[in-house]
Amino acid sequence: MSPDPTVTPPVAAHPPLLEVSGLRVEFGEAHAVLRPVEDVSFTVSAGETLALVGESGCGKTLTATGVLGVAPPGGRLSGRVRFEGRDLLTLRPDELLEVRGARVGFVFQEPSVALNPVYTIGEHIREVLEVHGLARGEAALARAAALLEEVVLSPGAGILDSYPHQLSGGMAQRAVIALALACDPSLLVADEPTTALDVTTQAQVLALLRRLRDRRGLALLLVTHDLALARQHADRIAVVYAGRIVEQAPAAALFARPSHPYTRALLASAPGGPPGQRLRAIPGGAPSPGARPPGCAFAPRCPDVGPDCAAGVPGLYTVEPDHAVRCILCRGEESAARDDAAGGS
Amino acid sequence: MALLEVESLTKVYRRGGGLLRAPAHVRAVDGVSFVVHDGESLGLVGESGSGKTTTGRCVLRLVEPTSGSVRFRDEDLLALPPARMRAMRRHLQMVFQDPLSSLNPRMRIGDTVEEPLVVHRMGTPRERRERVADLLRLVGLDPDDARRFPRELSGGQRQRAGIARALATNPSLVVADEPVASLDVSIQAQVVNLLMDLQARLRLAFLFISHDLGLVRHLCGRVAVMYRGRIIEIGPVSEIYASPRHAYTQALLAALPSLEPSGPVRPLELPAGGFDTSSPLREISPGHWARA
Repeated sequence: MSPDPTVTPPVAAHPPLLEVSGLRVEFGEAHAVLRPVEDVSFTVSAGETLALVGESGCGKTLTATGVLGVAPPGGRLSGRVRFEGRDLLTLRPDELLEVRGARVGFVFQEPSVALNPVYTIGEHIREVLEVHGLARGEAALARAAALLEEVVLSPGAGILDSYPHQLSGGMAQRAVIALALACDPSLLVADEPTTALDVTTQAQVLALLRRLRDRRGLALLLVTHDLALARQHADRIAVVYAGRIVEQAPAAALFARPSHPYTRALLASAPGGPPGQRLRAIPGGAPSPGARPPGCAFAPRCPDVGPDCAAGVPGLYTVEPDHAVRCILCRGEESAARDDAAGGS
Repeated sequence: MALLEVESLTKVYRRGGGLLRAPAHVRAVDGVSFVVHDGESLGLVGESGSGKTTTGRCVLRLVEPTSGSVRFRDEDLLALPPARMRAMRRHLQMVFQDPLSSLNPRMRIGDTVEEPLVVHRMGTPRERRERVADLLRLVGLDPDDARRFPRELSGGQRQRAGIARALATNPSLVVADEPVASLDVSIQAQVVNLLMDLQARLRLAFLFISHDLGLVRHLCGRVAVMYRGRIIEIGPVSEIYASPRHAYTQALLAALPSLEPSGPVRPLELPAGGFDTSSPLREISPGHWARA
């Protein structure tokens, strides 16, 4: 039995490439401290996609940038981010720069933000290769062309010499993905990579990410607000609410046996039932980091709330192998799962 | 008689051009026709740039169409002089996507909701104040919220205020352009429920513009699919979702991520030059029209 359920890491099939534990993002001083990210732990292995799913303000984007060792302006990072054997949060700035962009690629929501309007796509990629000392001049451009071929369905589209504004949203996002892959990283962090794109383009870009992950054995950290998208494209899903992971499980298990009341409420509120029927809306709104209630942050909106829910922040309970839930109502299920495991061995 | 009858609506934008160069013409809306009946919800779906927002704005003449006709209760809106058109707007209202940018940040919520009543000279100041309180209650806000500014409300509350403003003059048609797209997932369902309640209670007709096919299936009886300025398929929601005819509608539905269990994701193959929209709309079954 683990001494403290809050630090039990979920079991992964492969040794994890990225191991985040107790990640916290803080603003302000002692008496007025804000913690948009309170305590986030997860792992991602090579060849695997983990989706961080949550609403705006839940801390999922700060978690994604925190993984790169980037604190928001005025904010502080703490916890541990072990990646390829090193803790990124203890690295010197120059060491971090070597990791960022080279070992970890990043894809943003808006391709236009990631691209410089006065550089061609080829120049973008060449610059990254030169900065990281991987190739120069003609060799760099040749490599850029090969990368673009890998991400563009119709080669010879002249993307190399195009400026960002000459590309459609989907093409620009493919260019950003090529840029993120330029130095052959082992981890790709994609923050809402398709939210700005149309539905059909979205499906194509996600299929591309999946293909690249499989071909290159990438670990993919996918940040999204869209549970349906996570279901189709992630191996495991971590549901984030008010700065904490409230449920984490393989995608299939999460949808077959959603266990946190928030996950269940989110699934139940999606339109999908008989047309015209009232949706099962979640009352109220998510609390801002400055106004989180004590104990479980979801308690004020929770249909299953009990008197103990405000007593303290719930631990993570393992309801089945690799499926952890931050809800005291799952305490009983954890002991049942443990008894099952003991009985079966 | 249909409440709204749109025929061959076209909007052409000039782009570029100069002293020596002829401008390019973009047909943002290209011969669009549809009707909306009393108390009905018609969904208008398509991707960005398909012309769905421009269509909605042309209906209210927030954008002047290049040609075509828009008849509302058998009156030709495009032929109305500006003053008559303004008076007509009390019957046709709009809910915008982003309440933070569509509500005046310096106006209190109460004044924002009351403004259309003042513009249309409806009621005495006292009656208007009572009407504002009723409207705020109707959309699930507190009458005391009238004193607050938009930034003091949450996203969901702001959208409720935007809906209250649209309903102030008792319109019979509301054009709602992506009314929940900027809201959080857990808040969207609240506003969707509100729209359904209002429709049932007030017998409102909705032109519901959205990229979200799941939402349209839930809210609308009929749906029109737009692609590159044209309607390529229109008909009952139940039929189009079950058996889409046009290749673009099929691609759109196949690309929709689902919460239901599904097989492995197939990469979507889209034709390189886009889909064909040149053939005419043909009736496949009663009320279901599609281009070949």
